[in-house]
Amino acid sequence: MRQRWIIVGHGMVAMRLLREIVALRPEQVQLVCIGEEALPGYSRIGLSDVLAGKRDIDSLQDVATDWYERHDIQSLHGRVVTIDRPRKRVTLADGNILHYDRLLLATGSAPRLPDVPGIDLPQVRPFRTVEDVCSLLAVAPGSRAVVLGGGLLGLEAAVGLAGRGVEVTLVHREGWLMNRQLDRQAGDWLEEALAQRGVRFLKNTEAAAIEPEGAACRVDLVSGERLPADVVVPAIGIVPRVDLARDAGLEVGRGVVVNDWLQTSDAAICALGECAEHRGTGYGLVAPLYEQARVLARQLVTGQGSYTGSAVSTQLKVSGVPVFSAGAVEAEDPNDLIVWRDEAHREYRKLILRNNRLVGAVLFGDVRDGQFYQDLIERQVDVSTVRQTLVFGAAFCTELPAQKIEIPEQVAA
Amino acid sequence: MKRQQETTCAYCGVGCGVQATVQDDAVIAVAGSPGHPANRGRLCVKGSALHETLDHSARLLHPEVGGQRVDWPQAIQAVAEGLQDTIRRHGPDSVAFYVSGQLLTEDYYVANKLMKGFIGSGNIDTNSRLCMSSAVSAYKRAFGTDTVPGNYEDLEQADLLILVGSNAAWTHPVLFQRMQAARQKHPDKRMVVIDPRRTATAGSADLHLPLRPGTDAVLFNGLLAWLAEHGHLDEDFLTRHTEGLTATLSMARRTAASVASVAEQCGLTLEQVETFFRWVAATPRTVTFYSMGINQSTSGVDKANAIINLHLATGRIGKPGAAPFSITGQPNAMGGREVGGLANQLAAHMEWDDPAAVERVARFWGASSMASGPGATATELFEHIEQGQIRAVWIMATNPVVSMPEADRVRRALQQCDLVIVSDCMAHTDTLDLAHIRLPATGWSEKDGTVTNSERRISRQRALVPAAGEARHDWWIMSQVAAAMGWGDRFQYRQPVDVFREHAQLTAYENEGQRDLDLGAWADITAAEYDALTPLQWPVNAQWPMGRPRFFADGQFHTPNGRARLIPIHPRTPQSSQDAQQPYRLNTGRLRDQWHTMTRTGIAARLTSHISEPRVSMHPDDAAREQLQDGDWVSIRGSGTSGADGKTASEFCARIDCTRDQRPGELFVPIHWTRQYASQAVASSLVPGHVDPISGQPELKHAVVSVSPWTPSRQGFCWLPQALADPPWPAWIRRDLSGGTLYQIAVEAFSGREWLQQRWPAAQFQSFVDAYAETERVAAFLDGRLSAVIWLQPRLPEVNPEWVDQLLAAELETADRRDLLAGRSGGVADPGPIVCSCYQVGRNEIQSAIGEQGCRSVQALGQSLRCGTNCGSCIPELKTLLERQQQPV
Repeated sequence: MRQRWIIVGHGMVAMRLLREIVALRPEQVQLVCIGEEALPGYSRIGLSDVLAGKRDIDSLQDVATDWYERHDIQSLHGRVVTIDRPRKRVTLADGNILHYDRLLLATGSAPRLPDVPGIDLPQVRPFRTVEDVCSLLAVAPGSRAVVLGGGLLGLEAAVGLAGRGVEVTLVHREGWLMNRQLDRQAGDWLEEALAQRGVRFLKNTEAAAIEPEGAACRVDLVSGERLPADVVVPAIGIVPRVDLARDAGLEVGRGVVVNDWLQTSDAAICALGECAEHRGTGYGLVAPLYEQARVLARQLVTGQGSYTGSAVSTQLKVSGVPVFSAGAVEAEDPNDLIVWRDEAHREYRKLILRNNRLVGAVLFGDVRDGQFYQDLIERQVDVSTVRQTLVFGAAFCTELPAQKIEIPEQVAA
Repeated sequence: MKRQQETTCAYCGVGCGVQATVQDDAVIAVAGSPGHPANRGRLCVKGSALHETLDHSARLLHPEVGGQRVDWPQAIQAVAEGLQDTIRRHGPDSVAFYVSGQLLTEDYYVANKLMKGFIGSGNIDTNSRLCMSSAVSAYKRAFGTDTVPGNYEDLEQADLLILVGSNAAWTHPVLFQRMQAARQKHPDKRMVVIDPRRTATAGSADLHLPLRPGTDAVLFNGLLAWLAEHGHLDEDFLTRHTEGLTATLSMARRTAASVASVAEQCGLTLEQVETFFRWVAATPRTVTFYSMGINQSTSGVDKANAIINLHLATGRIGKPGAAPFSITGQPNAMGGREVGGLANQLAAHMEWDDPAAVERVARFWGASSMASGPGATATELFEHIEQGQIRAVWIMATNPVVSMPEADRVRRALQQCDLVIVSDCMAHTDTLDLAHIRLPATGWSEKDGTVTNSERRISRQRALVPAAGEARHDWWIMSQVAAAMGWGDRFQYRQPVDVFREHAQLTAYENEGQRDLDLGAWADITAAEYDALTPLQWPVNAQWPMGRPRFFADGQFHTPNGRARLIPIHPRTPQSSQDAQQPYRLNTGRLRDQWHTMTRTGIAARLTSHISEPRVSMHPDDAAREQLQDGDWVSIRGSGTSGADGKTASEFCARIDCTRDQRPGELFVPIHWTRQYASQAVASSLVPGHVDPISGQPELKHAVVSVSPWTPSRQGFCWLPQALADPPWPAWIRRDLSGGTLYQIAVEAFSGREWLQQRWPAAQFQSFVDAYAETERVAAFLDGRLSAVIWLQPRLPEVNPEWVDQLLAAELETADRRDLLAGRSGGVADPGPIVCSCYQVGRNEIQSAIGEQGCRSVQALGQSLRCGTNCGSCIPELKTLLERQQQPV
């Protein structure tokens, strides 16, 4: 009897999960993937490039049209509204009901919106979907945009818009940009680099209200400043989409709670991606989520493997400026700090040690050794013998024990 | 256009022929002359780098009087007036020349003539006093003349080579390679090295006698007594050609009666002594090759005579493979001896104690004011300056404030001297910096004349390129001064051959076979013949038109009765002895790739790559007692008030090198570093001015010192495009690289960043800070160009100077810029300290070739890495590395 595995959500993580499952060639499994967006399975992180004019929307999908067919995957456009756990059925908004043997929740997240008056004005447009990008692309050069939030997404929206000739002001509540991933030095240099691309930054403040002003609006900041805007882009974070799971009575914290096999409180239902919460942590970056997809696929098909969490590292180019961050961002003791800095070239490396083990790395400009540091953080290698050269990267630390070798995961108990 | 020209090396007394390739008035390459009898194509690493030391940027290019640039006529006038004025007021003995074994024979001749024949004083002495004057005195005591009996072929023909106080592997590498090649061909040949230190030379020996310093005469007395007792003396030779045996033997027996007594006095084992004695007894072809370890001693003449006694008593002299052989340190110490350019010599192997000779020389020179007797020898000369008897001194081609014992005292003496004239080719030396009048002299590649090597061989050193700036030949400068002082008609030399011809004539003048030095065959030499001169061993006269390879096999000596003299030797220990305040003995000497006071070899980055800092060699037991670890800094102090301030003792500040090659209780420091190259590392400043009573040679191989630890808070390196006039660190060692200057530094409270910021407020910085590890590495950039780098941490960081130099020579690429503060390139293994300077092969590379590639011999290493295949100077070190690594752990 063929089993039916239903994936709810058809974003990047769902897409990756499909690929991982297909690669393991499960027998007697029918895969169904249900997504709300008109364009299924596209690369969401590519949207920044679309906004920046570096690629077009068509390039975001990288599977051939017959790919689903060839792998016997049913791709449905629709929205699941309820889960009937006792009967293992889901109901779609269009009334269709589907039985599942396994239900895999990859519902992702929604933009978090600031709780201020006027957030529902039409000039407020998040930056999450293809639709969002299309509307931002329609903003005319010379218009005024206010981006709320100096995290990665906000910065990319701001730089993308600025590159299109939009006059952009970015409002950030903290003292420096990307404060969760970067320290002040890296954040300041990032700001400096992005300012050169025409973005104006206002820090240590946030929106208090958004007022309509004719066809446009006005963002009033808690600092008292008033920013006229044709468009406001909220990018202060994400909220995992857990309504479906909560309604079905699954255990939900900030996200859908999963164990090391990525099972929810109902063993027939798994969750992964931005909607999931594993050991108290929700992940928002691609790498750990792909890791979850890989583990889950293997678990489903072979019954082996488990997910124990990911070391969070951020290696990305923020609008062409490479930054990397892994582990701790600030040292508790100045004696734990190693700093390398090239003022003229705007390159920077900060390493944080604890008990001769690397616990954090922030890189700016030259991030080639990011994986090296991440590996040291994960493995907790004693680096005391290379303390003097550690900051110069892997090439100077050849005396360290060899890098991580992939070993077969332990068989689940 | 390229051309090749034959010349002679500028460095040691081996006197190697050099084939220079010259293009566009620059020497672009050098190679050993295949046809030169001294080296037959070989060159050591210093010789191989000759063309790398000719950069004009460090040269003195114009005459200066009182710090002002002047033209030559003004400079000549100033010198002449200064000397004349001093003579007028204080007499001829108030002026002195202090010259050098670096001068050519022609320069030496003019200096000697001017001082002794016209100024009228014997006050001309030379740095050869510090080098081989004891050997000269010993030859004269034994043979009646300063005659080297043998030649370099003897070193190959000998079946037993005894090297005494010579680290030939480092100091005379080409001769050492010749010895080694002969040993390789005939493995039954033996080499004994007598040296308190286990040097690279000792490491290659069949027997090393690490004797107590200064006990050489005991050993040779003991040997003589033992040979006599066992019937190994050449009675026939002794009877027919020598005198003094009875007294000599009796003294030997009295002072070194038995093997046991010798072993006890010398700090050797019975077996070591006996083996040595037996080998000598059994080997007629014996050469005893001795150098500074014998000469630089308060009993240097006696020690040399103890050696010569052995050779006379066994008839091992003047025969192929059998001779006592003193090897000199300088390229033309021998030429100086020949012209008589020392205070206690007259000229051309004529002596002061012969009034007829004084009269003869005066007549030959047409002397206006002939000196009547010996002048002040080196140490006396500077004492006379200190005491105000000598008021004007002209120093040529030497650096006495570094090389003289009590160097700081010499410095103070010169500081208070009325007139200090210095001729030199370099713009800055410790001595030149004290001069009132600075005269730019030509250097190697510009100088034109002759030199004599340690086997009496006269070779041409030829002008290859035009003089730098306004530099002039020393003989020309002195002749001009002589003319300005009114003696122009006696100094009418137009070219070097004019001087050489006159010198040759003097050697032959009324000689009649009386004097061994006779260059009569060249008395009428033409310019063309002089230019084409082939290297010959003097004498060169009617009897020996092609020179004479050996003396004395015929038993004919130049003493009044024709007999050689055995000299009774009562061994004396070094003058200063250890006590509670100065518990260590200090030995000084040369390193492999450096020459004297580094004025030239310091310029070639290749030559400072072998050993880039002065280290204090110390036995690990001593280090343990002082609670020191290898690489720790120490301050070594001499005694009394020898210091620069005249109140405290001199100080030498450097890191220790723990090595079992030293005897416990004995330290070794290199002689090369000056105030130009290190904050406090002038070895001679620690050495008292004790001299040999006969030769006047100072005891530079022996001082007593105290050691105290110095713990800088941090140490490291500072790279700058140019050297600093006044480095700000308490301890520093400068190294000239091809693209800048690298200082090794040790600091107390010092922030690299702050210092750089003060110097270059507009600079942008690259920095690496690790507060816990006390690491600070910082680079300053001005307009994108690197202007300084500092690497600092508690222990010396692993910065690879060759990499830094290579890196900074080119425009800094982004990737390299990133590695800059690492001090080496990533992913590439650090080659380690350079062992082979010719091919820049480092210790780590050699060790991995031994360990990983399985190289088991010097040859295999050479095939794999090329190390040791050019000059061969590093072969002893390669052997040591091979031995060490192949020992089972």
